[in-house]
Parts: sequence; C-alpha cells; structure tokens
Amino acid sequence: MSPRAACRLELLGFAQVYDYVAGKADWLAHGLPTEGEQAQVPRAKDVLRREMVTALPGEPVGGVAVRVARSPFGFALVVANDGTLLGRLRKAVLDADPSARAEQVMEAGPSTVRPDRPLGELAERLRRRGLHTAIVTAPDGKLLGVVQRADMEARLASQP
Amino acid sequence: MATRIDLAQLQELLEGGGQLVEVLPAAEYTDEHLPGAINLPLKQLDATTAARLDPARPVIVYCWDGL
Repeated sequence: MSPRAACRLELLGFAQVYDYVAGKADWLAHGLPTEGEQAQVPRAKDVLRREMVTALPGEPVGGVAVRVARSPFGFALVVANDGTLLGRLRKAVLDADPSARAEQVMEAGPSTVRPDRPLGELAERLRRRGLHTAIVTAPDGKLLGVVQRADMEARLASQP
Repeated sequence: MATRIDLAQLQELLEGGGQLVEVLPAAEYTDEHLPGAINLPLKQLDATTAARLDPARPVIVYCWDGL
C-alpha cells in the first residue's frame, strides 16, 4: 500500500517522498513506542531483560559457565560479533567439557519472539508448553534479551 | 520513484523534520500508529487531503509492511 501512496504523492507534486516499506510491522518488531488505543497493550518489550549472559562462537564454554553461575539464568546465548543470535548453551553442555567451543556444543537456531508480542498471548503459549523463558530478537536477528513467564504474569496481574 | 528507506534512515529523516504519514485505513491508525504520524488513507489520498502536508519538507509514508 505504501508504494502506491508514495507514487500518488509524487504525482501530486511532492518532490521529497520516502517509503518506509517495512512499515508498522517493522517498527513494532523493534520494540519502539507507538500511539493509539492499542498502544498500552502490554508486550514482551515491557518485561524485557537485557542483562543476558552471552558468548562468542569461538569462546570455550568453561568461562561462560562461570558467568552463568553468577547470573539468575541457567543458560547462555551465543551471538556473533554484530549481535546476531546464533544459538543457546544449556546447563548440561556448560557443565560438560570446559574446553569445548561454544559453537561446537550450542543448540543452533533457538526459537525466538519479537518484542511487540502481546504479553497475554505469549505467557499463555509458554504456560501450555511448560516453558519459563523466551528469547527476544529484532527482525534482523539481533539479540535483544529474554522475557520470563513470571515477569509476564506479574505484569498482567498488575493491569487494571 | 520514491526512495525506499529502512528504520535507521526513517529515524534520521524524522530528526530532520520529516513528516510521517500512515496510509492505512483510519481504524488501523486509531488502534496504533507511529509517534507523530498523521493519517492519510490511500483511498482518500488526493490534492485536498494532501494539503495537510508541507511540500517543502520530506514526506515518509508507511503502511503495515509495504504490501
């Protein structure tokens, strides 16, 4: 729709017309603020925890395990230098061979959600699957953080 | 032909005084829109409705995902 609107505006004489093709879906998926009647619906971005334990692909997991042990999380996420999410290191592999490189033992391509996901729907999905945490990424695959079901349920319970 | 831009370019244009226009129907705009956007639905887009825009400043249009 926006390409047609841009063309129409140019025909009407506007000389500086730009088309944000990825549109509202992209804006929301980056967790950016909005206005309007639905703007206050609680979303994943509202309970996002950014203080994750991350590891580079070539990093030995022994050091990662130490960082995880000092954190409230039981796993680490493997990211490329540009922040793109590559995989997850679960506790079992962190407690195994400390010299193994992260990329050798990670679970590749873990499931993720976008930051604009409504909390009620996401909490219910996690509850049905017996999960407590979801990984949040931007549309370009960059890691944003994680959300925890307990945080979601607390936030939903506090809604008027 | 209009220049296609990504999120980073959009934010630069907005900082420089760009005018943001959601071209989806009014109900969708009312539900949720980008901060500061005005609504000029494609079906009503003509010289009269476009008169709300300043032709001397950049105009950025968007819909849901470009389709």
